[in-house]
Amino acid sequence: MRIAKRSELTGNRILLVRLAAVAGALVFGGIFLLILGQNPFVIYGSMINGGLGSFFRFRETINTTIPLLLTSLGVMIAFKMKFWNIGAEGQIYMGAFAASYFALNFSDLPKPILLIVMAVAAMVMGGIWLLIPAWFKSKFGTNETLFTLMLNYVAIKWVTYLQYSLWKDPNAMGFPKIASFTENALIPKLFGIHIGWIISLIFIYLVYMFLSHTKTGYEISVIGESENTARYAGIDIKKAILKTMFISGGICGLVGMIQASGISGTLSVDLSGGVGFTAIITAWLSGLNPIVVGIVSFLFAMLQQGGSYIQTAYQIPSSAAEILQSLILFFVLASEFVIRYKVVLKFKAKGEVEA
Amino acid sequence: MSMIISFLSATVQAGTPLLFATVGEIFSQKVGNLNLGLEGMMMMGAVTGFIVGYNTGNPILAVIAAALAGAAGALIYAFLTVTLKTNQEVTGLTLTIFGAGYASFVGNSMVGLKLADNITAFYAKTPFPLFSQIPFLGDIFFKQSVFVYFSYFTVIVLGILLYKTKYGLNLRMVGENPAAADASGINVAGYKYFYILLGGALSGLGGAFLSLVYIPVWQENITAGKGWIAVALVIFATWNPYRAVVGAYFFGGLDIIGFRLQKFSIPIPIYIIDMLPYLATIAVLILMSIKRSRENKAPASLGRAYFREER
Repeated sequence: MRIAKRSELTGNRILLVRLAAVAGALVFGGIFLLILGQNPFVIYGSMINGGLGSFFRFRETINTTIPLLLTSLGVMIAFKMKFWNIGAEGQIYMGAFAASYFALNFSDLPKPILLIVMAVAAMVMGGIWLLIPAWFKSKFGTNETLFTLMLNYVAIKWVTYLQYSLWKDPNAMGFPKIASFTENALIPKLFGIHIGWIISLIFIYLVYMFLSHTKTGYEISVIGESENTARYAGIDIKKAILKTMFISGGICGLVGMIQASGISGTLSVDLSGGVGFTAIITAWLSGLNPIVVGIVSFLFAMLQQGGSYIQTAYQIPSSAAEILQSLILFFVLASEFVIRYKVVLKFKAKGEVEA
Repeated sequence: MSMIISFLSATVQAGTPLLFATVGEIFSQKVGNLNLGLEGMMMMGAVTGFIVGYNTGNPILAVIAAALAGAAGALIYAFLTVTLKTNQEVTGLTLTIFGAGYASFVGNSMVGLKLADNITAFYAKTPFPLFSQIPFLGDIFFKQSVFVYFSYFTVIVLGILLYKTKYGLNLRMVGENPAAADASGINVAGYKYFYILLGGALSGLGGAFLSLVYIPVWQENITAGKGWIAVALVIFATWNPYRAVVGAYFFGGLDIIGFRLQKFSIPIPIYIIDMLPYLATIAVLILMSIKRSRENKAPASLGRAYFREER
């Protein structure tokens, strides 16, 4: 038996392999549920029911999809360059911090202006938060995975400081919370769901256009494939990194503004809920494709909502969803092997000497 | 003086989980595999060790279970990256998410529970015969838990393995140039599996130190980024297990300094002091990337899958 590289499979075959991998993960998870003494069909069924079963649940699923989708788009741009932005969580918090600063201090501005100021501030702040490690990476080759990750903790501690001390609402009777935004700092709703969903759809289009129809987008994929090729082609790698990371961090920062203004109504330490990490899975699962990531994010949001539903219904901890999500990625990663390599079984024929 | 001794002694304690994880990751990277799943494997070890300890009341069994749990996490990673040649960064990150999910799932019903007294007593500080008599150093290093003594032992044994034996030479060769190692008859995949699993087991031990000795009450997110700091410490230690000791204790000290400083009512808010370990990690990353020397480099094949037909 030996392993050989194979020529690329066609698109349909690749899709089939990926779907088989997802199915494999679900079967594996099902066996696990069986061991726990649960009927996997019932549990999976009620997870779907918990994610989509009523308008209320559907709305919650969409509310979960929005930050996940936008963050996935943000980190995807960085991943395309093989720049490991694991710091989306921090960029979200810093974006929310910047937006909240304007929401709390300039609440008498007219609503549209205030919202735009908040969004721009969040994007700039999120962008800067990623620009710091990006600058060091481009200048000294500093490890960006760990740098961006450490900045997550710094951002979370900073927001904790604001919530528990500096910006603590004196009218909250000692309860550690920041004052709620006024009405004109809250983003409007359309069809009962805050307009983050429209922003998400617009950003899918924008990121798609950016990656496949602009010069920078092209440079990103060349650098991602091979830095040497990029250098020979005369691409200014340093400039491309900085530009791209500002955009990547900016999108994640915008997520912070949307969460603060559309969901929690103010800045808080549990604003993100680990979306920055789940987005890594969704971005990768979608093959770094901005359109596919929309679908994947929706399915993952459904899983997550379904996860909290089965916690109340069956006392199965909601982290089951998290395990299932990582299992799916494990299986899909494993399936890449089938796409790229083939296993050649060799039987010794008469007279043939083994190579 | 006694205050300095008590601070340094606490530093050794706080640094021990980092030390286990860092040394484990050094070996994984030495065979060419960057495992970003450290945080996840630590959590798997922490929760498994706690549960086994809680249910059996056996301190040794708890530690063995924790090491096995960490190794199990590493096995997933090794199978994917070595056999199936997946992307090491993404696989490691997924392992971290998986480990966090596993710990939260399994530990869900254990939050707030406390370990039996015999385990706490077993791992309580016990003076090491003779060595504890050394003035100053004895008070810091040899009036510790047996688990801490075990970490000294581990570092010494693995250091000798790495630098003084044939196996150490082979494993470094696998990380530097897998094709050459393969050509000289070394089982590349075998070495990779073994040391990735060893790394996982050590991370599991690091997690178990947290849940059995350091904070013997189960709580969610018990590792709080220590696995990530350990990944950074590998760079700080320049892939040398002895230097990892210095790094681990330094960061252990940063971890507890905020709590200790509270007594002195300094004007810096506690939340800002809490950022210190993370900011210091960033500082280390930057400094190490600025002064890159010849001999202190990462193993040459780090992060790349080895495929015999692709040279």
